Amino acid sequence: MRIVVVGCGKIGKAIIQRLVAEKHDVLAMDNNPAVIESITNAYDVMGLCANGTEYGQLMEAGAHKADLFIAVTGSDELNMLSCFAAKRMGAKHTVARIRNSENTTQESLSFMIKGLGLSMAINPEHLTAQAIYNIIKLPLASKVEIFSSKGFEMIELQLKNVSALEGKTVSEIRKQAKIKFLICAVSRNGETYIPKGDFTLRSGDKIGLIASEPDIPKLFKLLGVEQKPIKSVIILGGGMTSVSLASMLTKSRISTKIIEKEEARCEDICELVGSGVTVIHGDAMSQELLSEEGINTADAFVALTGMDEQNILISVYAMSQNVPKIISKVNRSELSAIAQKLGVDTVITSKTIMADIIARYARALQSASGSKVETLYSLMDGNAEAIEFTVMSDFKYIGVPLKDVKFKKNALLAGIVRNNKSIIPTGDDVILADDRVIVISSNLGTDDISDMLE
Amino acid sequence: MNYRLIFNTMGKVLVILAALLLIPLIVSVIYLEIAPAWAFLITAGISFLTGLLLILTCKPKTNVMFAKEGLIIVSFAWIAVSLTGAVPFTLSGEIPSYVDAVFEVVSGFTTTGASILTSVEEMSHGLLFWRSFSHWIGGMGVLVFVMAITPKATDRSIHIMRAEMPGHSVDKLVPKANETAKILYIIYIVMTVVLIIMLLCGGMPVFDSIVHAFGTAGTGGFGVKANSIGGYNAYLQWVIAIFMLLFGINFNLYYLLLLRRFKSVLNSTELKTYVLIFLASVIIVCINIFPMYSGFEEALRMSVFQVSSIMTTTGFSTTDFNLWNSAAKAVLIVLMFTGACAGSTAGGLKMSRVVILLKKVGNEFKRVLHPRSANIVKFEGKRLDEATISGVQSYFTIYIVVFVATFLLVSFDTTYGFETDFTAVAACFNNIGPGFGAVGPMGSFVGYSPFAKIVLSFAMLLGRLEIYPLLLALSPNTWIKK
Repeated sequence: MRIVVVGCGKIGKAIIQRLVAEKHDVLAMDNNPAVIESITNAYDVMGLCANGTEYGQLMEAGAHKADLFIAVTGSDELNMLSCFAAKRMGAKHTVARIRNSENTTQESLSFMIKGLGLSMAINPEHLTAQAIYNIIKLPLASKVEIFSSKGFEMIELQLKNVSALEGKTVSEIRKQAKIKFLICAVSRNGETYIPKGDFTLRSGDKIGLIASEPDIPKLFKLLGVEQKPIKSVIILGGGMTSVSLASMLTKSRISTKIIEKEEARCEDICELVGSGVTVIHGDAMSQELLSEEGINTADAFVALTGMDEQNILISVYAMSQNVPKIISKVNRSELSAIAQKLGVDTVITSKTIMADIIARYARALQSASGSKVETLYSLMDGNAEAIEFTVMSDFKYIGVPLKDVKFKKNALLAGIVRNNKSIIPTGDDVILADDRVIVISSNLGTDDISDMLE
Repeated sequence: MNYRLIFNTMGKVLVILAALLLIPLIVSVIYLEIAPAWAFLITAGISFLTGLLLILTCKPKTNVMFAKEGLIIVSFAWIAVSLTGAVPFTLSGEIPSYVDAVFEVVSGFTTTGASILTSVEEMSHGLLFWRSFSHWIGGMGVLVFVMAITPKATDRSIHIMRAEMPGHSVDKLVPKANETAKILYIIYIVMTVVLIIMLLCGGMPVFDSIVHAFGTAGTGGFGVKANSIGGYNAYLQWVIAIFMLLFGINFNLYYLLLLRRFKSVLNSTELKTYVLIFLASVIIVCINIFPMYSGFEEALRMSVFQVSSIMTTTGFSTTDFNLWNSAAKAVLIVLMFTGACAGSTAGGLKMSRVVILLKKVGNEFKRVLHPRSANIVKFEGKRLDEATISGVQSYFTIYIVVFVATFLLVSFDTTYGFETDFTAVAACFNNIGPGFGAVGPMGSFVGYSPFAKIVLSFAMLLGRLEIYPLLLALSPNTWIKK
């Protein structure tokens, strides 16, 4: 697809990286020549130094022929204007980053989306908050994805101690457990594996597993991790993400505290989040303040300040205070690897979330034009992905038991949805036409199930 | 440094070279030339096996590369291709000395067209074809060719393109680098085929048409006749003159034409300067040589052809311009250095650089007159930043330095005088081919010592790759780990 990306900041860059990996034709636009230079050096894209609202420059960028036009500059107004212009010129779909200031209502946002002809408005802060919220609801996971068909949940979690399972192969665990689940990806020492039946788990592995929702508590018990629901959360930093998150948490009756440095901002937050949230004015880096506010009794600790380093350090401190769940927002992917090395189990990177959403959207657009991908989720920091396909009637192995279907080394069938019922497959299950199947693969950018077979 | 990636790419280049060597092999078979056919077959075999070995043993762990790797890949590839491409000449016995063969094939790939042959017409068809075919490949670039036909381009392949494509800045036509390479090659192939057809229509034999079309497209200049294009009729001379000019234009402009963006083409500063300099040179030369020829048409044809040939650094000739008066010769010498447009198959300094340098000099004048005036350099409608301008200025400096150094080294060979040495270096370094004096259009480089030939071969490579890649690849600082 021809895609134009306006604005090559952190989020723009992450989006470009993902889209290039998926083999789209990408044109990157930014008004800073140095940024364009570094983007064209690092990725196979065409660069254009322009601000993205001027007719001539948009023509030069081919916005009128673009299948997807994405505006992710730091300014809402600029994004809206350039998406509007591109749409009027003939771009098929437009996506704008709109961080809508906190007092805009959902109503006014939908009005703007409709008026500007946007296909989608993305709000990084809100989406990040949503992702953190999903994790808090299922605290042992470092990432939770709910597949479109519901019923399935894809959970990533870090194994702290698997002594009970040490040395056993994946298929032995499955037999012993009598629960239907599937370990679909394992990340160990920076390498991502798609495990087959003879794979053995080790402590410290980060695994991705698929199971149906009611089985999850039993499964966690089996893996030696007991789950206690989270009742109280301390959030550090009073940015827009924190506000969105606090609103979601209060709706689920979780007691929430926000710690923010600036007094004026504290008062603004009070106004925005309502009385369910305690807003504390103080320096989050002060350990005294944290113990005063009861860090050692909190169930979860979320570091959302604007500084990656600060978030990581304070998360490490929270670990020493035995907070059961620690979530840290880290914007730079290099630091996110370091944070995980230091033991911070859940690291959230908003740009990855954005890139996921855009890539998923692009895939869905493509599926409308021939290919059969329904949705796509990226796993293990983007080293593997889960793809949902609809099986066409011309698929070679219709009705053949799965144990006789040879999947490639880096691919795994993780789920089948038939007539709205979800099946975690075993070797005796079969694939039928019109089934929806979920396939995990570390070979990124596949868009046909036949590419995953030997 | 990503050594594995460098050697792996090198392997691919050698395998593709082996495939390319099969084409002259077919030509040899058609003309029933046994010795050259064997020579091509053996060379292709060696090249294929070495390439395969490199590909199999050096699987890159990562595809990450930086400007440094790009420059090294390009220079190594060109050296490897030259050394391998020379083997058939020696193996078949038609150019017994390997140094001579390397000179000839470097001259081919770099689209220079300088030859050590004294009697072209005695060469076998297969080798003549290979010589000209190397022009055609080298014109657009060996690695650009590899990029166009291999499906997987790495994210950073722009570094390779930048190192191989001439000009101060390389723009992609479409987002993907290998798509860009493909488009460039398609334009190139279509134009070459059109030229072949037009030459056939003018009554040129099939073999000659193909070979001359290769020479023109790559702005190379190897022919099959001792008097180059001089023996063909006026129509053919006009066709080749015009096509040389066309191949000297930035290929991006052809793509813009295909996109129907005629305005941007007509507004191109570089194109305007190119046409203007061409017309001015033709007028001066024509006035100066008018008395030597029988009529206005002939004098005009001679001046258009020679100006076009030298300016686009092709090196074909229809007359011995050694015999022209000094004013006409001086114009040609100036044109040797300016070259044609960036992004074309031509060599030389390139129009775009000349324009930028002159504009910058103009600004300096203005600054002396009005010390507080603010000045910028605009090129193709866009303001150039200081880094680009100083890049062009340093290129000019290194260009002069390399020229002087080469000239000094060649002068140690005292066979010829000043005029021959100077123009020999200019003709090789700017990838033109013939110079004046003993290396004129009717002469040959055969009289130079092996040392001078090696220096000149090196100058041709430096000129084609625009100096930096080769110098950096050979500089110890690139390799020593500190």
